[in-house]
Amino acid sequence: MAKKALKKKALPAKAANGHDTQHAVEQFLFRQAEVLDGKRWQDYIDLFSDDGVYWMPASPEQTTWDGTPAIFAEDKNLMTVRMKRVQHPDAWSQRPLWGTNHIVGNVMIEKTAPNGDLVVRSRFHMMELRRDATRHFAGSYLHHLKKTPGGYRIRLQRVDMVNAQAPYDYVLQVWV
Amino acid sequence: MLQQHTPNPAELVEPDRVHKAVYTDPQLFDLEMERIHERVWIYCGHETQVKKPGDYYTVQVGRQPMIMVRDAGGRVNVLYNRCPHRGSMICGDVHGNTGEAFRCSYHAWTFHHDGKLKTIPMMEAGYAGTNWTRDNPDCNMKQAARVENYRGFVFASLAADGPGLLEFLGPSKIAFDDICDRAPEGEVEVVPNCFRVIQNSNWKIFLENQLDALHPSVTHQSTGRAAHEVEKMIEKRTGKAPLAYHMLSAFATVTIDKWDNFQTLNYPHGHCILTGYMGLRPQDPDTLAYEKTLTKAYGAKRMEEILSTNIHHVLIYPGLSLQSPLQQLRAVRPLGLNRTLTEIWHFRLKGAPEPIYRRSLAYYNLVNSPSTMVNADDLENFWKIQVGLSGDGGDWVSFARHYGRDIENNGVVETAAGMGTSEAPMRNQMKAWAQYMTAGN
Repeated sequence: MAKKALKKKALPAKAANGHDTQHAVEQFLFRQAEVLDGKRWQDYIDLFSDDGVYWMPASPEQTTWDGTPAIFAEDKNLMTVRMKRVQHPDAWSQRPLWGTNHIVGNVMIEKTAPNGDLVVRSRFHMMELRRDATRHFAGSYLHHLKKTPGGYRIRLQRVDMVNAQAPYDYVLQVWV
Repeated sequence: MLQQHTPNPAELVEPDRVHKAVYTDPQLFDLEMERIHERVWIYCGHETQVKKPGDYYTVQVGRQPMIMVRDAGGRVNVLYNRCPHRGSMICGDVHGNTGEAFRCSYHAWTFHHDGKLKTIPMMEAGYAGTNWTRDNPDCNMKQAARVENYRGFVFASLAADGPGLLEFLGPSKIAFDDICDRAPEGEVEVVPNCFRVIQNSNWKIFLENQLDALHPSVTHQSTGRAAHEVEKMIEKRTGKAPLAYHMLSAFATVTIDKWDNFQTLNYPHGHCILTGYMGLRPQDPDTLAYEKTLTKAYGAKRMEEILSTNIHHVLIYPGLSLQSPLQQLRAVRPLGLNRTLTEIWHFRLKGAPEPIYRRSLAYYNLVNSPSTMVNADDLENFWKIQVGLSGDGGDWVSFARHYGRDIENNGVVETAAGMGTSEAPMRNQMKAWAQYMTAGN
């Protein structure tokens, strides 16, 4: 009898058809895009768990950020350096007007752990305006998300840009 | 009719200033390609980029599309990337392996790895009675006039005459000796990744900046200060911050007044060295283990000599910057008057412990990758210089800092003690430029 009650209680109000998780993850990724486009750098860093890593591999066949050439391979400390540098009044290259617009889509949950941690794949397209020049960066995100009481936190954000190996006209100064 | 005159290079370079036309005149750019980049020794690549027979890498030498290729005998050749038949490029990819022969995608002419004609489809029938015969050198892919390899670094010259590679390098060959000697096995191996960054500026602006000891604490102060703050925070928490933070924080801790303490050494042909400003030999377990490996390979005295070589980087004019103590290499390819491509590589020291490679990698990722927190502000300056010079606000660029106070010995110009920010390297580069540009006039 008690066992039966417990079982009933464990069922969520809505059927566990994955839609709730899909919705929550999409909201998380959309919020991440808003934070980046809003230049809210500390809010972006706060989306990462304490051991979190932002990684943009130099090439798609790379399997680890550790010990390989990377466009970005940053823990929270290095991300903080980047934030402080971008915000510094004498970061000359950061003074001209620039802005970005991220679109995130094709969100697929690849793996769900019993504790609610997720592996999520998505695609992005980022358009950037710097002074009078427009650039486009596009590719896929792989997020390893940790479920915490305060919401998802990023353990690893892997960013595979289609144009990672193309020549850069100027460089990248913040996370894509 | 409008007549365009190429400015006379001899009139553009004075001992302590140059005319802005050297950066802004399109006809001078073409003349530079002809008289400098397509004559002198230009770095093509490292031999470990092409390990197996048939491995090739394409490279731009001056305005010429070239191919660096390994042949079956182990030799590295440099060929024009052009089919002798109708002029099509042979290799359309940046790199790859061509198998036993190059094969033109237009009419299937094939060539050996040294450029010699191998086959033409139905040659006998098609070319009977013409001068297109197998022994006609016009049927071959053309080779670079000269190719030399120094300790694995392959250079080509498109001119048959001129000094040999070692004579051309002179004392700047220390760049290659330093990077190789730091390896216990005496050799380096390229890490197969090339970052390519375009500068919207004339190629000479980058070369001048490489040896400009006055700019780092100004241009890079934001990164220096940000890294220093986080470095201190980490030290407070754990006692020690990774060396990577030091590589960045040095831009803040070495303030503008301290840069005069360093030195530049300026050699014939425009080559220059900036001495080291970063402490890269902390007495930590990784460094001590590395010293032990080096001692085993070379003996204690030689190890000490190798690790005491005081170089930040070496500029080999007109197109290569080698940072030997951190195994970074930047090749400069002029794409146009105000467009320059840099190809950025790093190397492993053969036989050195992994943590030493990790230092090089950290520098590569933080300073030389497309997300660089350092070069970003240089690139901004380069573009501003190019635009500023294109106007009529002034005709001359000044290189007068510490002019007249350098010490000259046998053609080598050293900055005097306490005058490391001397603009001697720019004066030296422009002196070489004028010599090249007026030769054969």
